[in-house]
Amino acid sequence: MRCQGLVKRYGDLLAVDRLDLDVQRGECFGMLGPNGAGKTTTVEIFEGLREPDDGEVEVLGDRWRGEGMALRARLGIQLQETKFPEKLRVGEVVTLFRSFYPRGLEVAEVLALLSLDEKADAYVRTLSGGQKQRLSLGCALVGDPELLFLDEPTTGLDPQSRRQTWDIVEALKARGRTVLLTTHYMEEAARLCDRVAVVDHGKVIALGTPRELIASLGAEHVVEFGTAEGGADLLAEALGGLPSVEGVVRDAATWRLTVREVHRAVPALLAFLAERHAEPTYLTTHHATLEDVFMSLTGRRLRDG
Amino acid sequence: MAERSRRYAVRGPLTELTIARVRELLREPEAVFWVFVFPILLAGILGLAFRSRPPEALPVAVADGPHARGRMAVLSTAPELTVRTLSEAEATQALARGHVVLVVSGDDTPVYAFDPTQPESRTARLVVDTALQRAAGRADAFDADVVELSEPGSRYVDFLVPGLLGMNLMGTGMWGIGFSLVVARNGNLLKRFVAAPVRRSHLLAAQLTSRLIFLVPEAGALLAFAWLVLGVPVRGSVILLVGIALLGALAFSGLGLLTAARPRTIEGVSGIMNFVMVPMWIFSGIFFSTDRFPAAMQPFVQALPLTALNDALRGVMLEGTGLVPLLPELALLVVWGAVSFLLALKIFRWQ
Repeated sequence: MRCQGLVKRYGDLLAVDRLDLDVQRGECFGMLGPNGAGKTTTVEIFEGLREPDDGEVEVLGDRWRGEGMALRARLGIQLQETKFPEKLRVGEVVTLFRSFYPRGLEVAEVLALLSLDEKADAYVRTLSGGQKQRLSLGCALVGDPELLFLDEPTTGLDPQSRRQTWDIVEALKARGRTVLLTTHYMEEAARLCDRVAVVDHGKVIALGTPRELIASLGAEHVVEFGTAEGGADLLAEALGGLPSVEGVVRDAATWRLTVREVHRAVPALLAFLAERHAEPTYLTTHHATLEDVFMSLTGRRLRDG
Repeated sequence: MAERSRRYAVRGPLTELTIARVRELLREPEAVFWVFVFPILLAGILGLAFRSRPPEALPVAVADGPHARGRMAVLSTAPELTVRTLSEAEATQALARGHVVLVVSGDDTPVYAFDPTQPESRTARLVVDTALQRAAGRADAFDADVVELSEPGSRYVDFLVPGLLGMNLMGTGMWGIGFSLVVARNGNLLKRFVAAPVRRSHLLAAQLTSRLIFLVPEAGALLAFAWLVLGVPVRGSVILLVGIALLGALAFSGLGLLTAARPRTIEGVSGIMNFVMVPMWIFSGIFFSTDRFPAAMQPFVQALPLTALNDALRGVMLEGTGLVPLLPELALLVVWGAVSFLLALKIFRWQ
């Protein structure tokens, strides 16, 4: 699956800006980015639900034409939010979707895979948010697709339901299915995806395996601290010159240093701050994540971007 | 658990989509009430309210005076009248307030006071005059034979039932299809269907098919109630009646599809639905004849699909009309259905 020079406008808004992607068969590919980055628009163009204003799209070696029934039979598509008929039972909904596909899994098999077999006779109305999301995933899986699209599959779910969804996607990966997943949770991208495209303002701003992306920061750790007086007189250059520090990002009163070795950087940092009588209000360290990658590229956080 | 070995039979997409629609509707108690119970209730209540009563006696007053006693004696023998004696002033007041429809006063020559625009007053004048003239010695030239008619088929309830049937076909056709489509669009379900390998024509055909499935019990229940309990006749061919109901259901399904082709919200579709249906509730002769509207409005009234449907249903049920005289009405329904269906397909918003 690939696209080249993809462009989509909504009025004056350029949602997708000459975007290129190339997803290999059998990989789990993630699009990571804040809300409004153009992830959903891109995925819906791949799904044949939207027409691009410009650019080439190829899915499973085919192009979208008409209703694209033959191609659709090979895809599993989960949309961001689908309200299934409240007065149908779980088993009935999966059966309905199964009837659309010329081949696929047994309905009972899908229900078991999603641990929904005990809810098979429950009305959709009575399901929890996590169960509804799993039902939606089930309807995408019932045709045993070669390529699965998951658009923010865990947004709004509690941690347990999220982990359950991850287990299901990992089981699919193990069966050699291709998955395209969008998310604004970096943990999700880091855990599930073989490769991640970081998307912002309709463009891919970084692409690679999660490990490569983190390595691109040049250091594995992040030291974050705040200063009471906003650290106005702390010069980024001076901080960057501290031992083992590879990068400095400032967001208001918060400073974020990417460092190779915490045990060398922190004592030097504290000494540096003490010299200037700038008492840190807090100081934390963590392993660098995809969020840090996004921040170092855009200066913004993923979640409220 | 025994559930492990459970197998789900999966039928074709059109069948599964239709079954899903039927299930949804049957599991919605409100829908069942509006579709099945409400029209029967309405027919029952209106039938009761407008049942044929024996003709009521006309209230007449005799003004006090020298001739009052004699006139009272004559008029109280007339079965069509109820007579009382009032003072002149009281009688005038009673007439003004509509408590009596005619006042007899005067000396040797009677004076009739009444409002000539009231049919009851005019009738009372004839009855009173005849009775007083006879009492004064006038001889009748002949004594006519009288045939009294009170036959099923000419009562208000007979007029009403086909209208209610038409109204119900309109309401369920439009709401049944419009609502579920807009809910599905609003909840991203339509988009999800489009994303799956299912033909769009199947999605719409399932709506129509489930609609026709519901038509059978819906029209059947109302007609059976009307026939068995109210004694409403079906004079023409039952097959033709079923065919007309089917055509009407399809025409309004097309209109429902068109109404629901664009809106994203229930509020949006409700507004359009009312805009389309309210004129037909008023102008299409559900509760009273379309003849009451002035000639200038008739082209509009007659072009409405519900007018055509009601006229055709009344024709078959009450007058036993055959297929051929009803062809203009049926053609109008076909045009409405086909045009709105094609237009709906053209402008339909799938996402």
